[in-house]
Amino acid sequence: MSHLNNHDKIYTDLTRHIRLNPVFLAWMLGTTGLLGVCLYAYVLQLQEGMVVTGLGDYVSWGIYVANFVFFVATSLIGMLISSVLILSGQDWAKPLARIAEIIAFSFAAVAGLVIVMDMGRPERLLYVIIHARIQSPILWDVTVVTTYMVISLLLYYIPMLPDLKLLRERFDGKPKIFKKIYGILSLGFSGSVKHNEILKKTTKILAILIIPVALAIHTVTSWLFASTSRAGWDSTIFGPYFVSGAFVAGTAAVIMAMYFFRYNYKLHDYIKPEHFNKMGKLLVLVSLVYLYFNLNEFLVPAYKMKKAEAVHLDALLAGHHALMFWAVQLAGLIIPILALLFKQMRKPKPLLIISFFVLIGSWFKRYLIVVPTQEHPFLPIQNVPAYFKIYIPTFTEILITLAPIILVILIFSTLAKFFPVIPIAETIEAHEKESHEKTIQ
Amino acid sequence: MEHQDKKDSSRRRFLKDLGLAGLGSVVGGLALYSGYKFDKKKVKGSKITALTSDNKLIVVDSNDVAAKEETPLTLNELQKRGREGIKGRRWVMVIDLSKCRNARQCMKACQSAHNLHPEQHHINVLEMQETDQTAPYYMPKPCMHCDNPPCTAVCPVDATFKRPDGIVLIDNERCIGCRFCIAACPYSARMFHWKEPNNKPEDLDKPYDVEINIPQRKGTITKCLFSADRCRTGDLPYCVSACPNGVYYFGDENENAVTNGTTKETVSLSKLLEDNAGYTLLDELGTKPRVYYLPPKNRLFPFQKDQNTKA
Repeated sequence: MSHLNNHDKIYTDLTRHIRLNPVFLAWMLGTTGLLGVCLYAYVLQLQEGMVVTGLGDYVSWGIYVANFVFFVATSLIGMLISSVLILSGQDWAKPLARIAEIIAFSFAAVAGLVIVMDMGRPERLLYVIIHARIQSPILWDVTVVTTYMVISLLLYYIPMLPDLKLLRERFDGKPKIFKKIYGILSLGFSGSVKHNEILKKTTKILAILIIPVALAIHTVTSWLFASTSRAGWDSTIFGPYFVSGAFVAGTAAVIMAMYFFRYNYKLHDYIKPEHFNKMGKLLVLVSLVYLYFNLNEFLVPAYKMKKAEAVHLDALLAGHHALMFWAVQLAGLIIPILALLFKQMRKPKPLLIISFFVLIGSWFKRYLIVVPTQEHPFLPIQNVPAYFKIYIPTFTEILITLAPIILVILIFSTLAKFFPVIPIAETIEAHEKESHEKTIQ
Repeated sequence: MEHQDKKDSSRRRFLKDLGLAGLGSVVGGLALYSGYKFDKKKVKGSKITALTSDNKLIVVDSNDVAAKEETPLTLNELQKRGREGIKGRRWVMVIDLSKCRNARQCMKACQSAHNLHPEQHHINVLEMQETDQTAPYYMPKPCMHCDNPPCTAVCPVDATFKRPDGIVLIDNERCIGCRFCIAACPYSARMFHWKEPNNKPEDLDKPYDVEINIPQRKGTITKCLFSADRCRTGDLPYCVSACPNGVYYFGDENENAVTNGTTKETVSLSKLLEDNAGYTLLDELGTKPRVYYLPPKNRLFPFQKDQNTKA
């Protein structure tokens, strides 16, 4: 640990990436351009109507809604890591809390936009507040997603105040205006005992507060489906089923971000193989819980084969959606669980690849939750064009779906670029504590 | 309405000629009455007994009676009227499956009344078969106008609503196009305007009437309205009067009377349901439909698959 011996090195290591380099600018320019293309597709949808999508009167919720569910799901990881793990004394997770919060905030913030893209009349968005009806799960969803987004932002921002203070004092990179911005953002945090106490207390309150809110956002999102009587959605376990699935997606996302930061921001000394090992174990745990809910969700109705459920299950397990269903279950859940039982697979690179499959699988899993049910309503689909019966997303629709994903990447890149991704002050503190213990020994 | 005897219906026609029925208000009635009382300079004509809209019998001089002038209602008036519904009524429909032979005149009449696209069916005649061993039959399927409607519960902005007279309507001035109601409806009764609706050019300037959902609007929901506009004028719904085979009955549950759209015969609702083992669709879901079905027994015609099934 000798290489970590001075605080300057920690500061330098953790702020090295904060600069406007050409690679970053090119990356932002490229992604913004791509976003422009996708937004053009959305303009087409505004002009022509939602006829530009593959949606119809039977499958009327498609990949936009699947995307929304995926976004809300992924954002839930902020609560798992920065509250549940840290409050329960899992100190190894501390350096990862900020990464988790960036993911939580960016996905939750964009989730709202995703759902606006699915609206037939987005210009009436404010009606949801003006004419709000408390009975509608949509209102609950709007309320809790907004609340969660705000608390996530606070959980990202407030614990960063000591780092912003450091940057205010020491930042000497370019552009110079950054130093001023850090100064404003640090809110006059002095690092005094009193300030630190307030900070710790606030963070703790927020960390506790976010637990019920996080559970609420995904439970309520699941109720958008479970509050109907359709086969495949009419399930009493949808709340925990969604929440457990959310942790799978979010853990995979955090692992991928960790890998990216470790190698691109040269944070090898701070995001260590041990972190990957532990996150790999966490992924096994949450995946096993999710597998358990999957068993319940599919086996129990499959045992009974009630008429409408039977049609739905047949399409999923052996019919039209079988390929996607089994690919998602095997490559996105079962194989990762088995692979991650081996220590070798929890090393950074294999874990990255596994997480990639898990995350992609998570997206398609949302598709399988949203779409197939609507293809099998209680009454037969007749006297309508063939494209109403089987849903195939159009190219325009796929572009529009990509827009929020790109937006998340943009927000994520910006936050990660201009603010330290590993808490500096906390790392210094932990290091001091460690060396102090060593001297005692 | 049509269930009453001939004398009643002639009186009704008379009232309609006077322009009082359905249009008169308390104020209008009182105005006529006071006109009779105080305007004594005029030559007296014959006395007429008239019924005001609040069910008061008044006697007026025939000279004092004039048809109420019709001024087009404003959007606000139409919206208010559309949400309040028709007082004292509980509209109900009965569909006799033993008579449906897939003529599809109901679908045609509905589509033309509401200017729908060919793939949009407020009412859809489905080919049904419960099991391989049971006989197939045709089943016209409008909106069930449930008394416990899942669609109105989930609407975040009160765009779709249940009226006191039983009709579930959709207000496209309010609808945000989230399509939660489509997801919630177990009867697949709802449609969305994915593209520009099939509005008639002359309709575009009219104020929006929620009771007929015209002019239609892109990005909003549309569905069967139980022909709320026809209920207001005392007529049978478009689909009901178009049926050549006597499939449909429509009427008022409060009066326990429904009228057949083809034969114009009015019968007792409870007796019709009792004698023919009437039932509601997917009643196990607890939606409490206002559309009843009579089972497809004793059909006197073969089930011809794919006949007239082009949308």
